Amino acid sequence: MILDGKCPTGPIEKSWDKHRFDLKLVNPSNKRKYNIIMVGTGLAGAAAAASLGELGYNVQAFCYQDSPRRAHSIAAQGGINAAKNYPSDGDSILRLMYDTIKGGDFRAREADVWRLSQVSNNIIDQCVAQGVPFARDYAGYLDNRSFGGAQVSRTFYSRGLTGQQLLLGAYSALSRQIKAGTVTMHTRREMLDLVVVDGVAKGITVRNLVSGELESYAADAVCLATGGYVNVFYLSTNAKGCSVTANWKAAKKGAFFANPCYTQIHPTCIPQAGEYQSKLTLMSESLRNDGRIWVPKKKEDVGKLPAEIADADRDYYLERKYPSFGNLAPRDISSRSAKEACDAGLGVGPGGRGVYLDFADSIKRLSEDTIRERYGNLFEMYEKITDENGYKRPMRIYPAPHYAMGGLWVDYNLMSNIPGLFVLGEANFSVHGANRLGASALMQGLSDGYFVIPYTIGGYLVTVKPGAVTADHPEFKKSVDDVKATNNKFLSINGKKTVTEFHRELGKVMWNNVGMARSKESLTEAIKVIPQIRDEFWKNVKVSGTGAELNQQLENAGRVADFLEFGELLARDAMHREESCGGHFRVEHQLPDGEAMRNDADFSYVGAWEYKGNDKEPELHKEPLKFETIHLAVRSYK
Amino acid sequence: MSDHKTMTLTLIVWRQKNANDPGKFATYTATNITEHHSFLEMLDCVNEDLILAGKEPIVFDHDCREGICGMCSQVINGAPHGGQDRTTVCQLHMRKFKDGDTIYIEPWRARAFPIIRDLIVDRAALDTIIQAGGYTSCHTGGVPDGNAVLIPKPIAEEATDAAECIGCGACVAGCPNGAAMLFTGAKVSQLALLPQGKAEAVARVKNMTAAMAECGFGNCSNHYECQAACPKGINVKFIARMNREFLKAQFA
Ligand SMILES: Cc1cc2nc3c(=O)[nH]c(=O)nc-3n(C[C@H](O)[C@H](O)[C@H](O)COP(=O)(O)OP(=O)(O)OC[C@H]3O[C@@H](n4cnc5c(N)ncnc54)[C@H](O)[C@@H]3O)c2cc1C
Ligand code: SF4
Ligand code: FES
Repeated sequence: MILDGKCPTGPIEKSWDKHRFDLKLVNPSNKRKYNIIMVGTGLAGAAAAASLGELGYNVQAFCYQDSPRRAHSIAAQGGINAAKNYPSDGDSILRLMYDTIKGGDFRAREADVWRLSQVSNNIIDQCVAQGVPFARDYAGYLDNRSFGGAQVSRTFYSRGLTGQQLLLGAYSALSRQIKAGTVTMHTRREMLDLVVVDGVAKGITVRNLVSGELESYAADAVCLATGGYVNVFYLSTNAKGCSVTANWKAAKKGAFFANPCYTQIHPTCIPQAGEYQSKLTLMSESLRNDGRIWVPKKKEDVGKLPAEIADADRDYYLERKYPSFGNLAPRDISSRSAKEACDAGLGVGPGGRGVYLDFADSIKRLSEDTIRERYGNLFEMYEKITDENGYKRPMRIYPAPHYAMGGLWVDYNLMSNIPGLFVLGEANFSVHGANRLGASALMQGLSDGYFVIPYTIGGYLVTVKPGAVTADHPEFKKSVDDVKATNNKFLSINGKKTVTEFHRELGKVMWNNVGMARSKESLTEAIKVIPQIRDEFWKNVKVSGTGAELNQQLENAGRVADFLEFGELLARDAMHREESCGGHFRVEHQLPDGEAMRNDADFSYVGAWEYKGNDKEPELHKEPLKFETIHLAVRSYK
Repeated sequence: MSDHKTMTLTLIVWRQKNANDPGKFATYTATNITEHHSFLEMLDCVNEDLILAGKEPIVFDHDCREGICGMCSQVINGAPHGGQDRTTVCQLHMRKFKDGDTIYIEPWRARAFPIIRDLIVDRAALDTIIQAGGYTSCHTGGVPDGNAVLIPKPIAEEATDAAECIGCGACVAGCPNGAAMLFTGAKVSQLALLPQGKAEAVARVKNMTAAMAECGFGNCSNHYECQAACPKGINVKFIARMNREFLKAQFA
């Protein structure tokens, strides 16, 4: 099937305004008759739930944590982009769009990216009005910093806590609507199924994580804002509870999964210390503004103290290879370069898995106090984990899985191919193409939540009769029975391995075979091994306790079972995409200098997969990509 | 790193099946722990052993494991989050302990935080306080340009100091009265400092302090245990500021 993103036509500058005008409006007095389900209350979901509630819709919101304030958006450190051009350094909506399309290696839709760039400025205004304490200069104006992949300074930030401050802003707007009664918040609930009635999304099945009860909720539209899936690698910068479950359950009900192989490996994370490690911690790449990345030039130096290695014996490899972007080269390039250096035996620290990030020059140039003011909390975090002082000796960093560009396929209105199912934030695939630039995910989440869905969902709702399906429809009972059967199965296996052991095993396969560099051999291996792990899981996993109580093992078993299915799809997508682009690097497809080699003639499309059953091959659907405003070009950061 | 010495520890952990169960302490042994394990990774290891032995693992709240979501919540040897300066449980590392140590692990204990199971408590009351007024009533869209109102850097910085609160509730757990003054004071102060929050300052402080009392939090008697327990170093001066805001509100 050829998919249609239903993007507006005509001049790009007018596209969103025109589309908004063309969308039908829901009569204000009718809005309260419509029920909307919002699964996930991170940046995207909280912003959307608050805005929809304020418009007068009835919103039922869900999250698995004990409060919406704890969604993993909270962990974003570095900042949020906007095309304000406050520093007058040549920024504009078009330039932000250009950087995003180019950064995504020409694998995103132009219209969506234009819209994102256009509303980026409203986001900053909105957050300021909420009391988000962005960094200011001494005159009281908003301050900016630079981020990877851009030559202008367009990143707004609040210390190293930007995600926290933006999420608390959205959470406060959400809290106001909860108080007003327009949004009902259901915490400690996990969505375990999507209910589809006559081909239309009409509700969800959730597990109450405290009582263990399965609950049904019906609505006129269902929105998923459930975040990303890189915990498929086991070790990642995501929170422990982040999963693909909500998305995968929707995919199994017919929603297409787009570009799952586009995953981002973040260059500046704290290296793994041991086998028992449960997660990896990222340090904002804003550190690359003032830190210089290097490895020893000679293998015999890797064991030395960094201070003992003379400047001439250090390879500042990003500055050497990419003189115009230097340490600010985009993430995929930085990560791959670090891996190459370590694979060449030049890595430092435990297992040779690390490169130096050195602040000595900046401290000399600016003073330790200035560096502390800019990044104090990151240095503190580094010291807590490693017991090393980053002011005194260079930090050690290594790439880690971080962000999912892929996600459920959506059209320009953020609606999936299942009518009534909308997908927001990291959970959808829409704007980042094959690689996301720094400080652009927060922007996307808030754009989707505050400024896109409140308009586009109305265009859908006017076509449906409110309350046409209620939770006593037989499909809800069937869904609850299915979920119950799966949970009972987990509890009855009584095998010999824990859920975590299986997750680790899957993670190793994903990291080694489907990680930063992928090849036909490694992917063939992954596609063979993952089903074997899955089979063993269903025979040999051990989950104790019962379903009718708080049971973290059971929660985890469900998430890992989904990763075990989804991981295979990710590998298949990577296998089919015979090119390198952004976060997807196929060793067979590289330029002589090791840069990614795209294949625009054959792969300039969104690959959206339809689930066909667990042991059947998924079916690929394509949405061709057209580039009319930004011309296809080889991405170069030299 | 495998070349490191390992530790064996005795854990005395609060186990409670549900809200109605009286609960009791149980003793476990943690083996093969290195100084690089985080505290939660140490508990993960104990739990893996318990699961394989067919016993119920210890349940505890956690998510980000990097000190920012505010989900983790354990009292370790009597100190919320373990008592290391500006550190959440999830950031605490085992290098702070010695081979052979005995460690007591308990949930937050406060009237406003009923225990759900083992180390997990219900902190919904903190959300209720925010819902009472921890926001500015701006609409989505229709707000002025971000630079329309200038905010001097020191003010923005002080507001950020207050805004760093992660809503973990350690201040409540550390307070002999189970008060939520530091948590509430931080939000009231952040919004009172910023021009955007001034319009509703009077109603906000009244409503949020009223919600605090309704939720069963205690009163403040200036013990300052909250600041000592706070993993984000939220300063008690924000309690003083809230008190000033409250007084002002009485005359407004
Ligand atoms: C460490 C780190 C640093 C980052 N730094 C930056 C940065 O500086 N700039 C930037 O732009 N981006 C950054 N990012 C990326 C960005 O933070 C995320 O992409 C973005 O915040 C995702 O927001 P979201 O609302 O889509 O999802 P999330 O914030 O992850 O929210 C997901 C929500 O869904 C809920 N949920 C999930 N599954 C279920 C289920 N089955 N049932 C019920 N509820 C469910 C969760 O409870 C949560 O409420 C960073 C990411 C990480 C991990
Ligand atoms: S004030 Fe400190 S201790 Fe209290 S909730 Fe906030 S971060 Fe936690
Ligand atoms: S788990 Fe998030 S703060 Fe500890």
